[in-house]
Amino acid sequence: MDFSLVVAIELLREVAGLILIATGLAVIFGMMRVINIAHGEFMMLGGYTVVLTTKLGVNIWVAILILAPLAVGLFGIIVERLIIRHLYGRIIDSLLATWGLSLFLIGFVTVVFGNTVEGVSTPFSGLAIGQYTVAIYTLFLIFAAMAFIASVYLTLRYTKAGLIARATMQNPDMVECLGVNSKIVYMATFGIGAAFAGLAGGLLAPISGVVPGMGALLIGKAFITVVTGGAAVVAGTLSAAGILGTISQAVTFASGPVFGDATLLFVALILLRLLPQGITGRIFTRSV
Amino acid sequence: MLSKVSKDWLGAGFVTVLGLAILIFVPILFDLFEVLQMTKYVVLSLFVLSLAYIWGFGGILSFGQAGFFGLGGYVFAVAAINMGQTTVPFLIAIGACALFAAALGYFMFYGRLNDVYLGVVTLVVTLILWKLINHTAGPEYIIGKARLGGFNGIPSIPIMTLPWRPGQEMEPAQMFQYFMAILIAVYVLLHALIKSKFGRVAISIRENEVRTGLLGYDVRFYKLCIFSIGGAIGGAAGAMWASYQTFVDPNIFSLEWSAKCLIWVMAGGVGTLFGPIVGVLALEYLSFQLGQTELINNLIVLGTILIFLVLLLPKGLFPTARDLVVKVWRRRGGSTGKGSP
Repeated sequence: MDFSLVVAIELLREVAGLILIATGLAVIFGMMRVINIAHGEFMMLGGYTVVLTTKLGVNIWVAILILAPLAVGLFGIIVERLIIRHLYGRIIDSLLATWGLSLFLIGFVTVVFGNTVEGVSTPFSGLAIGQYTVAIYTLFLIFAAMAFIASVYLTLRYTKAGLIARATMQNPDMVECLGVNSKIVYMATFGIGAAFAGLAGGLLAPISGVVPGMGALLIGKAFITVVTGGAAVVAGTLSAAGILGTISQAVTFASGPVFGDATLLFVALILLRLLPQGITGRIFTRSV
Repeated sequence: MLSKVSKDWLGAGFVTVLGLAILIFVPILFDLFEVLQMTKYVVLSLFVLSLAYIWGFGGILSFGQAGFFGLGGYVFAVAAINMGQTTVPFLIAIGACALFAAALGYFMFYGRLNDVYLGVVTLVVTLILWKLINHTAGPEYIIGKARLGGFNGIPSIPIMTLPWRPGQEMEPAQMFQYFMAILIAVYVLLHALIKSKFGRVAISIRENEVRTGLLGYDVRFYKLCIFSIGGAIGGAAGAMWASYQTFVDPNIFSLEWSAKCLIWVMAGGVGTLFGPIVGVLALEYLSFQLGQTELINNLIVLGTILIFLVLLLPKGLFPTARDLVVKVWRRRGGSTGKGSP
């Protein structure tokens, strides 16, 4: 009983991890069909924001929940103004440019902070379940992931901004005709996506520590989750994270984390072979 | 008036003659250290040809060309350490990469994945390979006599042996000539392939996939073939790289290599074979010089170049320069092509 509870929490943790790292990417992809290859580095910047500000004495919750998304969100808007806005409609070029940005950021952070792991201490202790211990922070991450996805859903579904965003996804020209400046919509979307990445990076910093190359370890999963999910932000991320997270964590239990990752990719390839537009390209097509 | 065939081969013939001249004269004119340096450029030129072909002449943009580079290197290393000679392992490495590309290509092209999806899948496959190989540090990961070694890599990989006398390692000059000969052969074969019926269909797929399909060509199969050829060439370059370095580690799969390959092709110009080779020479020389100053991080340079190329020179340096020359030439009263559409 205790063991199955721990296993369930571990499964949920993997799914939650995928949701955390993929949501920001999914927001940008769903809106503009751009995969931000620098997404991993945005998370890295979020992590560094937390490490630096806590070293300066800022409360860790303020650092994670406010400063990290704020800093990275602002950075995202600057990036959008300087680079991405020139490349709308040129999907491949925007991928290449964000890749360039990714390399630049890794190099830049390596120069400034050095290629070493920096850490912050985990805010909670462990929780005993029978003879096992689960970190309360894990439970907090699962909760955070649910809050992530719920906030995106509620915003898209029930607010004016969400309505405009969904309309821009469907038909940007018509939205322009109705008097909305789609450039501002795109800029805001990119900023929000970046803020989500920063928040995810901040949340993960206490677990894994931060290092300039950490993006490369995270983005593979994030990309594959978003691509498998398809264009619908909430339904896509949830379904893909659910399927891929469960399977990969099951394999991880059986034979180690690396094979879990490999299996995740393999399952995603098969899903994409069957549903080339992602899960929400065929199923749940009317969802957000 | 030139006949069509000789027109097709004018540029390529010039490049081939240039290549042969380099093959013959470089070992005579330069000292050992410089020859070794140039061998590196030859291997990387072969690597860049793999992407230059599939992107420029098949419209397939792979973000994970380093996957084949690394796979070729590792397969070659394992086979060569076990067999003691290199000719057969070289062929095994090429074959393995072609097969891997075909298997991956089946999922991608028969699933009709396009631009964003294709880029992401190739990128992630490379990332996973990198993770997998990094994970093989334990003593249980051993194939025959070769330990995979995880993040430590595989040391003491055999130097290429003479194909007609297995067991005798090549001198540096011989290795340079051997690699150069392979590069020239691949260049000529690719050029012939591009000018063949297969190549014309591939280009039409690049231009308009739907129309080509409607004309009765199996687009998926053609793309699979193009991708496999690219994989095989990438694998060959990887094997040569492993033998040249006598060492290979998981970072051969890193995103940096995939990005470098892309940047070389973009700088040299998509849609040519010779341009990307110029891209390799120019940018590797630049990063070699910058690396010596040790002031500037290599990744910063790479990233800046990539963003710069995308934003300002989407056609690439080589074609932009060519267009510029043509423009100036015309303005100065040269009448070539004036009036023709």
